[in-house]
Amino acid sequence: MTKTALQFRHNGRDVALFVDGGVNLLVALRELIGDMTPKFGCGQGGCGACSVLIDGELHLSCLTLAETVNGRAVETLDGLKDGPNLHPLQRAFMEQFAAQCGYCTPGMLMAAKALLDRNPSPSRAEVIEAISGNICRCTGYEPIINAVLAAASGGRARA
Amino acid sequence: MAKHRGRGIASINYPIGMNLGGDPSQALVHSNPSGKFTVSLSSIDLGQGMKSVTRQICAETLGVPVEDVYVDTADSDTGPHCMGSFASRGTHRVGNAVMAAAKEARGVMMEAAAEELEVNAADLETDGRGNIHVKGAPHRSISTKDVAIAAQFKQGKTISGRGIFLVPLSEVNPETGEMSPATCYAHACLVAEVEVDDETGEVAMVRMDSAYELGRALNPRLVEQQLVGGAWMGISHALFETPEPYYPDPAHGPRDFVEYLMPGPGDICPHDIAVLERPAADGPFGAKGPGEMCANPVLPAVANAIFNAVGVRMDELPITPEKVLRAIKAQGGARPQARR
Repeated sequence: MTKTALQFRHNGRDVALFVDGGVNLLVALRELIGDMTPKFGCGQGGCGACSVLIDGELHLSCLTLAETVNGRAVETLDGLKDGPNLHPLQRAFMEQFAAQCGYCTPGMLMAAKALLDRNPSPSRAEVIEAISGNICRCTGYEPIINAVLAAASGGRARA
Repeated sequence: MAKHRGRGIASINYPIGMNLGGDPSQALVHSNPSGKFTVSLSSIDLGQGMKSVTRQICAETLGVPVEDVYVDTADSDTGPHCMGSFASRGTHRVGNAVMAAAKEARGVMMEAAAEELEVNAADLETDGRGNIHVKGAPHRSISTKDVAIAAQFKQGKTISGRGIFLVPLSEVNPETGEMSPATCYAHACLVAEVEVDDETGEVAMVRMDSAYELGRALNPRLVEQQLVGGAWMGISHALFETPEPYYPDPAHGPRDFVEYLMPGPGDICPHDIAVLERPAADGPFGAKGPGEMCANPVLPAVANAIFNAVGVRMDELPITPEKVLRAIKAQGGARPQARR
């Protein structure tokens, strides 16, 4: 099978790799780049565990052909923290006990980041809408909703 | 055609652990020369907080800071045996085993400290900040780190302990059928309020109020997260999830998250929880366990609330819109019961 040369920004860093035709972005990130933060949940867009940002917009990496991100910027959970400093969303998730098993957490955080980037002061209904494509089995969602709202208001207080 | 509100209540007793031939768990505790302690377990933390709570129990029993304890649950091949993380048994069974192991390790640690300070071990106490000193004379002190180093390199002692907690098999009395399947029970009561649409059969959660009695809450935030998350599972079991139609035969069953339904963040409701603490006599620091019981009262409470709302008795789970609609049609329309 022919390989396709692919270049894109991965969490602010240029990466270049060769991918087989039909390889999805999730596999490229996990197996070719070694970024294990996007999770494989269902592989068909039903759970949100693989969520990443492409040019700032939320996408399901399991349903995105790797070739289509050529020349674009991909952000994953791995790029969220700033060195040893957690992102306000990560801190809020920690403080609100918004993770138990943690498998949905990377996707939840990326969905929440996409929301706060376009709407720094979301309502509760807007938070619910923003994470409604992400399944969580442990928390009952309430702590996650509270964490996103806390990160949003915390961000305002600091700004 | 209208939406009807209804309220239902359910109370449960929940046995901690199981009794199918005895219910044991083991733990090992040892110190490293750094003065830090490792708890070895085969028990699994699947997000419920097993590592946090056993860490607290070990640190409290040893008398050292919680930061000085590391819990290793890595491998059921090499770790001490555990029956598993289920039946709400983790905190109670494994916690008791950790407590026993930490007690034995503390004995060795105090003996080693006594030898270094040239006093009787019975005259020593821990300050919980990583030091051991003579009672009433805090200046006669040695750090747990120095004790660990002395035990390892000078005295040739292992600061370690073994623990097992076994609830023995309860035999059934052949005359009466009587047995004691559990040594302690947790209790819960939950009120659910729902809204039933008699045109579509849909049931929406309006709110829940609950009270849980689960022994001493060793880590209140973890207990709360169990109760909040577990109640969601209860809603899911009551109204959404099913491996039907031919379970355990998977034929024609759900294959993915489009067919295996669960409530999303928009399907939850306000839930007010009261935690009542009545320490269990045989629990580690009085703890029982807030595991499976978090989900259990939700199901009967929701079924009762649906009866209160539209007068149909649903006795098969999950209570899907189709089932509700068929039941309403069978009785010739919604019959709201007295508001309670």
